[in-house]
Amino acid sequence: MALFVCLVTTLSTNAAEPTKAFVGATLIPIEGKPISQGVLLVTGTKIQALGDRESVTIPTDAEIVDCTGKVIMPGLVCTHSHIGGVGAADGSGPIQPGVRVSDSINVRDSGFKRAVAGGLTTLNIMPGSGHLISGQTVYVKLRFSEDLPRTIDDIMIRDSEGTSLGGLKMANGTNPQGEPPFPGTRGRSAFLVREQYIKAREYHAQKIRAEEGGAEMPPVNLHFEALVEAMQGKRVVHHHTHRHDDIMTVIRLSREFGFSVVLHHVSEGWRVAEEIAAANVPCSVILVDSPGGKLEARYLQLDTPGILEKSGVKVAFHTDDYITDSRIFFRMAAMGVRAGMSREKALEGLTLAGAEMLGLEKRVGSLKAGKDADFILLDGDPLSVYTKVEETWVEGQRVFDRRNPSDRIYAVGGYGAGHDQKPYFCCYGRNQGAN
Amino acid sequence: MNARLVPLALFVLICLSSERLGSAQEIAIQGDMVYPVSRPPIKKGVVLIRDGKIAAVGKADAIEIPQGTQVLRAPVVTPGLIDAHSVVGLTGILNQDEDQDQLDPTEPVQPQLRAVDAYNAKDPLVEWIRDFGVTTVHTGHAPGELVSGQTMIIKTTGETVDASTLNPFRAIAVTLTSQAQKSGKSSPGTRGKMLAVLRQNLLQAKEYLAKIKASQKEDAAPLARDLKLESFASVLEGDTTLLITADRSQDIASALRLAEEFGLKIWIDSGAEAYLLMDEIRDAGAAVIVHPSMARAVGDRENLSFETAAKLHEAGIPVAFQSGFEPYVPKTRVVLFEAALFSANGLGFEKTLQGLTLDAAKLLGIQNRVGSLDVGKDADLAMYDGDPFEYTSHCVGVIINGEIASQKVR
Repeated sequence: MALFVCLVTTLSTNAAEPTKAFVGATLIPIEGKPISQGVLLVTGTKIQALGDRESVTIPTDAEIVDCTGKVIMPGLVCTHSHIGGVGAADGSGPIQPGVRVSDSINVRDSGFKRAVAGGLTTLNIMPGSGHLISGQTVYVKLRFSEDLPRTIDDIMIRDSEGTSLGGLKMANGTNPQGEPPFPGTRGRSAFLVREQYIKAREYHAQKIRAEEGGAEMPPVNLHFEALVEAMQGKRVVHHHTHRHDDIMTVIRLSREFGFSVVLHHVSEGWRVAEEIAAANVPCSVILVDSPGGKLEARYLQLDTPGILEKSGVKVAFHTDDYITDSRIFFRMAAMGVRAGMSREKALEGLTLAGAEMLGLEKRVGSLKAGKDADFILLDGDPLSVYTKVEETWVEGQRVFDRRNPSDRIYAVGGYGAGHDQKPYFCCYGRNQGAN
Repeated sequence: MNARLVPLALFVLICLSSERLGSAQEIAIQGDMVYPVSRPPIKKGVVLIRDGKIAAVGKADAIEIPQGTQVLRAPVVTPGLIDAHSVVGLTGILNQDEDQDQLDPTEPVQPQLRAVDAYNAKDPLVEWIRDFGVTTVHTGHAPGELVSGQTMIIKTTGETVDASTLNPFRAIAVTLTSQAQKSGKSSPGTRGKMLAVLRQNLLQAKEYLAKIKASQKEDAAPLARDLKLESFASVLEGDTTLLITADRSQDIASALRLAEEFGLKIWIDSGAEAYLLMDEIRDAGAAVIVHPSMARAVGDRENLSFETAAKLHEAGIPVAFQSGFEPYVPKTRVVLFEAALFSANGLGFEKTLQGLTLDAAKLLGIQNRVGSLDVGKDADLAMYDGDPFEYTSHCVGVIINGEIASQKVR
C-alpha cells in the first residue's frame, strides 16, 4: 500500500503537474532587484526559474498565465500569529515548555482564510504571553485542500526527517506576572526561568552520563526536553518583550543558556538599538496605531523599525493576529516606511527576514529558483492602501482567489465571514490581551 | 471717522497686526491641492486665516496675502478631521485604573455621568490623534454598560476641557451588544432585559417631564431634581441623541424599534451588520457612525466588512467615521487610518474625506463652526504631503482655531 502511494505521488509530480509560466508582472524577488515584465516559472511545488522575458525560456508545454500590470512577490511570513483559537499552557503555572500549541489549533477557524486573503503563506503560530514559557510554537504553511486546511498535520512544516518544526514561546514584563505561582516581579520572573534552564541542563547532563553507563536514566521530562532543544539551538526562542530593560534581560538570559532568540514586539527597541545590534539578535516588530494600552507599551514609537534598521538589526514584522488583522499585514511595513524605514527592508521584513528568524530561509521568503512556490499576486504597489491581494499561492497551489466570491468574503468581510473566530486572551483573565 | 483720528487708528492697527503676527493669528496656507469639501477641490489654492477664522479661500492668484502674514505650504490641505466617536481624554494612555474614566461599572444605567467632568485635555493620546490631523472629537463614556454616560464634542487643543468644548452634552451612550450583558444574577443579563430596562427608564423620564411641566405652573410645589431622569428627558425632548452601539442586525433592529416607540433621535454606533438592514435604517432616518474599519472581527463584530461604509453611503444613509473604544492596544485608533481603508474599499477619496469632515460636522450638529473650508468657519485645517489616506503619506501640519497646533511630520 505504501509503495502504491509513493508511486502515484511520483507519477503525479512528473507527469500531471506541468509548468506554469506567470508572465508580464513586475517581480519583487526580495533577493535581488525588482524585475519588470518578468517571468516566473513554477513546476509542481517549486519555483523553477524567474527573470525578465529574455533571460527565461518558457517550456513549450507550459501553461501561460498573463499577469500584465500585476506585481508578484513572495508569500508573506508572519513570525507571530495566534489564529486558530490557540490554547497551550494553562493557568496552573508560569513555565510549561512541554505543552505544544499544535495540539490546540482549530484549522477551520476563519482566521486561516483571512490570513491567505492577506497574502500570508508561512506562519509561526504561538501560544500567548501570559506565561514566562507558554509552550512550543508551530511553523505552518497555509496549504489548503478544498478551500480549507484539513488538519494541523497537513499544514505543519517538517524537516527532512518528518519532524514538525517550531520554536519556544517565552515572555517577560507584565503579561506573565500575577498571583503565585506566577511571578510578581521582573526579578522573580528571571529567577524562575533561570532555575528551570539550570535544571534542564542538569537533566541533560544526567542523560548523557546514563548513556555512558555512569548514572541512572532520568524519567522523560517533556518540559526539560524542550528547554534542552532550545539550548542546543534546535528550537528558536520567540520572546515577547517590550521595555528596554526587559529586552536586555532576554539578551542576558540567551547568552547565559546559549539559546538563539528572536525578540518580539520590542516597543522600546529604539532605546537600546545599538545594544540589540551588538548582541546580533533579530527583532520581529509590531506597530500599532498608538502608544499605550499598557505601561510597557507607553513608549512604543512608529520609528522603531527604521531606527533598528539603521543600527544594523535584522527586522521582521508580525501580525500578532488577532491583535492586528492578517489582512492588513502590508500596512505595518508601510507604517514602518512612513516613520523612516527603507522600502527595501520593509518588504524584506514581511518575507525573507521573517523566514530567517524561523530558520526557513532556504525554503521560503524570496522568489528564487528551487524555493517553494509560495507567492502572491497584487494589483499594485505593496505599500499602498489601495492595493489588493488578488491571488495567494502555496507550493504551486492557489489557496486564495479574490475573484471567487467564497474567497472574497474573507478578504473584505461580510455576513458569515467570522465563523469560529474567537478572541484570544493571553493571560486567562489576569491581563486583558495578547500583545 | 474724525480725520484727526485716522493716523492714530492706523497706528493702533499696525500695532495690532504685528502683535497678531507674533501670536500667529494671521496665517495663509498654500496648498497644491486645497479641499474645501463644501466645494470642488482647488488646484494651487490658498486659505487665509484671520483671528482664528477662515477669512478667504480660493485660487492662489485670486487671493492677496497681506504683507507680513505667516505663510505655510503643503501639497494637500483639508479641513481639520472630525472623529465622530472616540473616548480619548477619558480612557488614558496608560490603561491603569487611575486613568480610566470611560466606564463606571457600579450601575448599568447612568445617563447622568457627564463627559466634561471626566475629560483630561492633557492626556497624550489627545495630542497623538491631533498630530495626524484630527481637530475635533466627539468623545465621552465608552460602550460596555447599558447606559454608560454622556458624550461631548471638543477640539483637540487647550489646557482644560472648558477651553475647547463645542458641546458639553451631545449624546447619551447606550450599548446594545453582548458587552453590556451581565453574567450570573446581575442585571441586565439578556438582550430582552436590556431593552426592558431602557424602556422602563424612558417611561419614567416621560412621567418626569410631565411633572416638570406641572411644577412650572404658578403656585406649583417645586420638583425634586433627578439628574438621571433629567438626562433621559433631554433625549425625549429631542435636545440630545442616543448613541446606540449595536453590531448584530437583531440589536440594530432593537435600536430602531426603541427609537420609533419613543420618537427618539438615534445614531447607530459601530453597526457591523448594518449592511443587512439598510432599508430599515434609512427609513428610520438614522445615521451610522461606522466601526473602525480595522476593528477586530470577533464577537458581535465577527461579520464586519471593509465595504460597509461604501454600502451605507450608496443606500443614502449618513455615515461618519470613528476611532471607537479599545480596551487594550492600540489605546486609541486614528480615525484617519480607519477611514482610509473604507476609502480603498469602495467609498472612494472624496466621499471618505467628506465623511471625515463636513458629513461628520452635520451629523454632530457643528457644521456652522467646523467641517469645511468656508469663510467664517473656525480655522481648523490639516496639511499632508500626499494623499492623506496613503499609508506612507505624512501629516505635516495642523491648525486649530487659527493657531498652529502641530508642525510635526507624522
